[in-house]
Amino acid sequence: MAHHDFTMPVTEQQVRALRVNDTVTLYGTLYGIRDATQIHMFDRGRKTRFDLRGHAVIHTAPNVKRVDASAEHPSGYAPVCIGTTTSDRMERFTRPLMEQCGVRIVIGKGGLREGSLAAFRELGGVYLAIIGGTAALETTWIESIEDVDLDDLNPESLWKFRVKGFGPLLVAMDAAGGSLYSEVKHNAQERRAEALARLGVK
Amino acid sequence: MRIDPRAVEEAARELYIRALKQLPPDIKTGMAALDARETNATAKRVLGTMLTNIKVAEATDNLLCQDTGIPIYNVWLGRDVEIDGQALKAAIRTGCERATREHPLRSSVVHPVTRKNEHSSCGRHVPVIHIDFSDSPETLEIEMVPKGSGSENNSWLKMAIPAEGVDAVKTFVIDCVLEAGGKTCPPTIVGVGVGGTSDLCVHLAKIAATRALGSKCDDPEGAKLELELSAAVNGLGIGPQGLGGDATAFAVHVETAATHITMNPVAVNMQCHSARRARATFRAGGIEYGY
Repeated sequence: MAHHDFTMPVTEQQVRALRVNDTVTLYGTLYGIRDATQIHMFDRGRKTRFDLRGHAVIHTAPNVKRVDASAEHPSGYAPVCIGTTTSDRMERFTRPLMEQCGVRIVIGKGGLREGSLAAFRELGGVYLAIIGGTAALETTWIESIEDVDLDDLNPESLWKFRVKGFGPLLVAMDAAGGSLYSEVKHNAQERRAEALARLGVK
Repeated sequence: MRIDPRAVEEAARELYIRALKQLPPDIKTGMAALDARETNATAKRVLGTMLTNIKVAEATDNLLCQDTGIPIYNVWLGRDVEIDGQALKAAIRTGCERATREHPLRSSVVHPVTRKNEHSSCGRHVPVIHIDFSDSPETLEIEMVPKGSGSENNSWLKMAIPAEGVDAVKTFVIDCVLEAGGKTCPPTIVGVGVGGTSDLCVHLAKIAATRALGSKCDDPEGAKLELELSAAVNGLGIGPQGLGGDATAFAVHVETAATHITMNPVAVNMQCHSARRARATFRAGGIEYGY
């Protein structure tokens, strides 16, 4: 249950050292990615000009405000409210994100499945759980929206955030095959019979 | 009492923003109660972060969650209220669009086939507007619910058969909660519709999921199911965010309707822990905002 402060990007070794129940706080760069972003990148062959190698992506589509580009708002967008969406819908994109783009960390809520867990193990990656629905708090961890790509997909653009102490986030899936979600799911399934008996179901 | 559609437009705008920023007191109390009872250390940390987020949203005048949801407006027209029905619907739509552009809010609404986003939170048949009538004299009520997708994507209907009895209802609810796991942003309000036609059953589940905590089904059979199912669901150990713990649901809410002799439908719709809603009540003296 160690805590790690990561200045992004990170190495495979740093990520492989993480274990379920450790916590991580990120500094520097964080990329925001969503359903449409990945459908366009991996199903429709669109490329990004961003170099995602060793970086973290968060499953998000933020509330933003258009402003004049400035040192404070280099992208011409000011953050309004930035939070996290359910990861499960984007399960099949974990492997291409890692294989084709070199992503090492996926941040989201609700967890990913076996396919992602296998990708984390084979390629060296982790899933960090953020608390879904706590976007007001997350927004205070964001310094600025530095840049944006594939912005015709707005709000599901590929966002480049500058973050200051983004976390602590919980390591919920690691590169050694550990997954809090599999554990909880397994235990809950085991309690199903007990719950039904309690309800008098025959 | 005559209502000016322009006042409805202003209220529809205000309600969307208010709902996204201020959690109703019953939900805040419910969250604190779950936190006080929680025995799992991880779950306790998760609930603590959720409670902090409510305070940060209030202190920074920001949205609780980035998901602006699908906007739903529920309208109740009391006795002796005069308003042009088409103008009322148009005013709600304009108010919703103005909230999105003026705040600004992320428009989470796209065409289902082209996926085109008009950046207005509006589209075909959206915002969802339900209009009903109430007994209250000279009163118009508008409730606004921004329904987030994390919970809405976990919606189910089963057309069970009479021979399966109420056991089918109970089993289905437990299995839906297991299937949803952490995807619905638990602790949730599990809304259950029992009976009706297929569409009514799903609608009842939504009414149940968005009802205030502490309220109970006005059908005693439904109220009994609520108590039984609430206890059973919270014995599953899914916990806040699906990371394990006691607090899987604030409550299970049930709504019932008569059904066909050959039918036994059950639907589940869930509301996430950021169980947002806001209400405007128009009376002769003016407009009052609440939950």
